Amino acid sequence: MTGNVIEVRDLHTRFGNAVVHDGVSFSVQNGEVFALVGASGCGKSTLLREMIVLQEPVSGSIRIFDQEVAGLSDDEALALRRRWGVMFERGALFSALTVTENVAAVLEEHTALSARLRTEIAAVKIALTGLPPDAGQKYPNELSGGMRKRAALARALALDPELLFLDEPTAGLDPLSATGIDELVRHLRDALGFTIMMVTHDLDLLWRVADRVAVLGEGHILGIGTMPELAKSAHPLVQEYFYGPRGRAAREQAWKQR
Amino acid sequence: MAPHATRPVDIPKIFVGDTPSQLRCQGAWITRMLAPLEEQIVAMSYAAGEQLQIEASEITALDTSGAWLLHRTVRALEARGLTVQVKGLRPEFEALLQLIAARAVSVDQAVARPPGRLTALGLAAWEAVRGAQGLLSFLGEASLTWARSILDPRRIRWRAILHNIQTAGFEALPITGLLSFLLGIVIAYQGAEQLRRVGANIYIADLVGLSMVRELSPLITAIIVAGRSGSAYTAQIGTMKVTEEIDALRTIGIGPLDLLVLPKVIALAIVLPLLTVYTDIMGVVGGMIMARAQLQVSFSTFLHRLEEAVSLTSYVIGVGKAPVFAVIIALVGCYQGFRVSGSAESVGQQTTVSVVQSIFLVILTDALFSIAFSWLEL
Repeated sequence: MTGNVIEVRDLHTRFGNAVVHDGVSFSVQNGEVFALVGASGCGKSTLLREMIVLQEPVSGSIRIFDQEVAGLSDDEALALRRRWGVMFERGALFSALTVTENVAAVLEEHTALSARLRTEIAAVKIALTGLPPDAGQKYPNELSGGMRKRAALARALALDPELLFLDEPTAGLDPLSATGIDELVRHLRDALGFTIMMVTHDLDLLWRVADRVAVLGEGHILGIGTMPELAKSAHPLVQEYFYGPRGRAAREQAWKQR
Repeated sequence: MAPHATRPVDIPKIFVGDTPSQLRCQGAWITRMLAPLEEQIVAMSYAAGEQLQIEASEITALDTSGAWLLHRTVRALEARGLTVQVKGLRPEFEALLQLIAARAVSVDQAVARPPGRLTALGLAAWEAVRGAQGLLSFLGEASLTWARSILDPRRIRWRAILHNIQTAGFEALPITGLLSFLLGIVIAYQGAEQLRRVGANIYIADLVGLSMVRELSPLITAIIVAGRSGSAYTAQIGTMKVTEEIDALRTIGIGPLDLLVLPKVIALAIVLPLLTVYTDIMGVVGGMIMARAQLQVSFSTFLHRLEEAVSLTSYVIGVGKAPVFAVIIALVGCYQGFRVSGSAESVGQQTTVSVVQSIFLVILTDALFSIAFSWLEL
């Protein structure tokens, strides 16, 4: 019994000869917003896929809710999956269904609620993510990028998960929509009290929302801690990441303002 | 305490309390437990009275779905003219309930209302008009592209044409050959019985030759190609449309019709007559083998008779229909591809429509050809 929602120990992943993870370990505590960052291609998304049981690591252990994820039977994996929600980078909304139907489909699969109540709950979730009421009857391809992310978040929230995985929640959005998503994530975490595990390389999002951040690179965790702690890290790659040409003063400001 | 133990699983309940004006709520009001609770609320005969108290201090867990159900119940009661008061809710649940109440103003707008019958009829008619318009403009654009390519042959994508010749033609050889061979066998087998009865064994060559060369072989080849290649055209162009590759082509100055439609039409118009010649041969070979097995007509006798039975006109008519079928299949396949809208399901729908339409049009055209040829006495 550890009190950690996610616990990754000594994880190794290889694709052919390419080593992606060479001994990755970290843990995510209950109720925190944890972010995994790193340069493109460093294996963040692979790690996320391993956590949500879409891919198997070569060796090592991933424990979620104190349960080993590797080698789960389908039934066990399903029981675990019902306790978390996943928002994919490009939304992955079902294109043949409206937004409301996308959310209600999850409820239909996992609960015995009446159709009327399912639709109502779906509408509540959609409203929670800040979408306008008429967005529910639209199809995903009629939505803008930011709205699609919100709709994807609404679907991820469908079963009121205890743990939310967000893959690049702000990628491909303009700064205004991205800020909207920042605030939304923080607001929902405060209101609904779940744990968030996100993968991102949006520095603003890290400063404004993340409680703790782990930097992944060269197959290892290069640094882990709050943003101000990481900003003081001596590791050259971490330095490069946070003190690149994209500035940092404003971000320190953002941290202080929280 | 482990995280997963933080959510107790007490069965949620709602029932009338000590006095009729009190409703008591208990247990974990969370998504996966809600279904029986919903039934209880539906079945519940609401307590009468002006004032109603909901005693919620025994709710041990509440999530957004549970909060919505509670909020909805309160709203339904208030709609009956009761004054409802929710008491004893834990502060964090109270906050959640407030949040839900604030957001859930317009649930009804979230659901698309199915259109009325008259509206649906109007929409369908409008859709048909739009479809016809789309077809016309597609044909227009395709003809323009064609004309431009003839005036400036450098625009023609030879590599794409060769590629299509390989995929639609060469790779179709085994299946078209096998099917027409079997068709030849079937016709000869069915005919043999009748011909033997009247002692007209030799006419098996007329039967197989004429029916295969003039009608069946062009038709079966066109149908197989429509199913094989026409559907592939629709799926390819449709998927490219979903992923905005068509738009990308336009922006880098490549006409999508130049690259995607014209090479397919040209390639298929070259390949389908050739395939038809090949299936003619395979069908006749099938019939010939069956004729020797069933009617003792030797190969040389069969071929000798075939020369007399199948005139050059019949042969040319058979092969001559193929390019027409080819253009129909390629244009329908590409047109349906361009009609795909946004969703993955739409790709599937248009592919189905493409195959059905092209086979329908091929058979219809074949019938029109028969009528025309009988007028012309060919």
